Amino acid sequence: MKPVNTPARPLILHGAVIAVLFALNFLLPDYHHGVLARVMVLAVFAMGYNLLFGYTGLLSLGHAMFFAAGLYGAALPMVHLEWSALSSFGTGIAAGALLALAVSLLALRTTGVAFMIVTMMFAQVAYLLTLYFGEWTRGDEGLVIPQPQRHIALPGLDLDLTSPTTRYMTALVLFSAVLLATLAIVRSGFGRVLVAIRENEERTRLLGFDVFANKLAAVTLSGAICAAAGATYAILFGYAGATFASIQYSILPLLWVLLGGAATTLGPLIGVLLMYYLVDASGPLLEQYLPGWKLSSLGIVGVSLVLLVLFFPKGILGTVRERWVKWLP
Amino acid sequence: MTAVLTISGLDCYYGAVQVLRGFSLTLERGEVHCLLGRNGAGKTTALKAIMGLVPARAGSIVLKGRELTRLPPHEVPKAGIAYVPQGRRLFAEMTVAENLEIGLMTRGKGDQTRESVLELFPLLRERLRQRSGTLSGGEQQMLAMARALCLEPDVLLLDEPTEGLMPSMIARIRETVATLGQRGVSTILVEQRVDAVLPVATRVTFVDTGRARQTVAVEEVRANPGMVMHYVGVT
Repeated sequence: MKPVNTPARPLILHGAVIAVLFALNFLLPDYHHGVLARVMVLAVFAMGYNLLFGYTGLLSLGHAMFFAAGLYGAALPMVHLEWSALSSFGTGIAAGALLALAVSLLALRTTGVAFMIVTMMFAQVAYLLTLYFGEWTRGDEGLVIPQPQRHIALPGLDLDLTSPTTRYMTALVLFSAVLLATLAIVRSGFGRVLVAIRENEERTRLLGFDVFANKLAAVTLSGAICAAAGATYAILFGYAGATFASIQYSILPLLWVLLGGAATTLGPLIGVLLMYYLVDASGPLLEQYLPGWKLSSLGIVGVSLVLLVLFFPKGILGTVRERWVKWLP
Repeated sequence: MTAVLTISGLDCYYGAVQVLRGFSLTLERGEVHCLLGRNGAGKTTALKAIMGLVPARAGSIVLKGRELTRLPPHEVPKAGIAYVPQGRRLFAEMTVAENLEIGLMTRGKGDQTRESVLELFPLLRERLRQRSGTLSGGEQQMLAMARALCLEPDVLLLDEPTEGLMPSMIARIRETVATLGQRGVSTILVEQRVDAVLPVATRVTFVDTGRARQTVAVEEVRANPGMVMHYVGVT
């Protein structure tokens, strides 16, 4: 059956976004250049979360554990075993995927609020484990990956990941790969089944689909993507700390996705970008204009989110799709 | 005639309450078999039991020689039974085309199946890009049936397909069911409205307190309105 949307338009749009991000490498001042590299990695985390929450309709409050699995899966072998960045990236993804598979085998026996609580509890266990095994993880203080190890050695090519440009480009490669993979997934039969599960689980089952197996695949894939983000974060920025396993990092991807637009491929990037700059910009503005009020920049973020939800109930790109650009994936 | 589906001595329970008691039925190729009975008689439960949604504690369901009784619900459509439950339940956020596409993924033969389904429901062809949640009640019912037919089923189970629809739409659905019979698809039709089903039904099984009490040819029901009065309470 021919797809209803012509595949060209979404591909051109996604290609254009990647091209703009590539061009920004040469245009942005140092500070924003560094911020955008971080935003792209966190957008990958949000894309992994979006696959589960936006497309499959499973609200998890435990995705910090998958990000942290990737983070520590990469950082621990690099620091303690002196593994290369590429091998550690692999172990990071494998750690996240295996953890996601193991957790989902149990968590998917529940639905709705129970699923949310079960995932949150697993994530809390993971967070406490990062503190408990402080001898290896250095707990809150975190692990710092030595600079000489942060490079990728390929035949005829040695990439120094501490260089801002290499770091930016590496983040862009990961972001582009995951963005295009997400686009391919949501346009594939598997992606359609995930949306069908979100819409009506029982009907999907009665059309001949094994709902549990598809949900299991979705959680595992989502966990692997989040772990890829975590592993890249550790390798590019040279740090792995227990904060990344805390509840805050389970709530953040939810907020990013809600803000950018759940079940939109580009929504996670928009969400992370806006939130990052909102927090970043509101602090100095508060100090400048309301110096005696001692308001937290998170308060401003909260108010902004309430306003956005009021005027863009489906997130920014979700609303854009609903009102204007129907073909937006 | 050849039996496509044979249900024998089915016992089903909701918790401790027995809802089907030795339910038996034989469905022949291309026939439109109507289940009639009062509310709570067990008609919908019989359909759910065929789909594996209500587990059978005893009895058997055999489709073209294949035992389906212990299959999980998602395997039953693959075996060749499609179910359109009461209330349609489409994927409201998806377009008409995407709803059909999901149906085609399990057993359908791609464009060939899609075309043959759209021949039955030409109205849907004009609505392919429309979000299914925005269709009228009748159109939604057609899409629910079309999506089920994308599975290329041997047996179609329809639970109150005319509920809440205007007469012209009921007539179209009736015509479609009759056409399906001619194409060799067997249908089990559950309805409250006797007048809506008698024009298309081949045979009628009266269901009462979880049992298939009596199966008769539709001509016999027409000739004997007292039979309907006895089992359904209205004529």
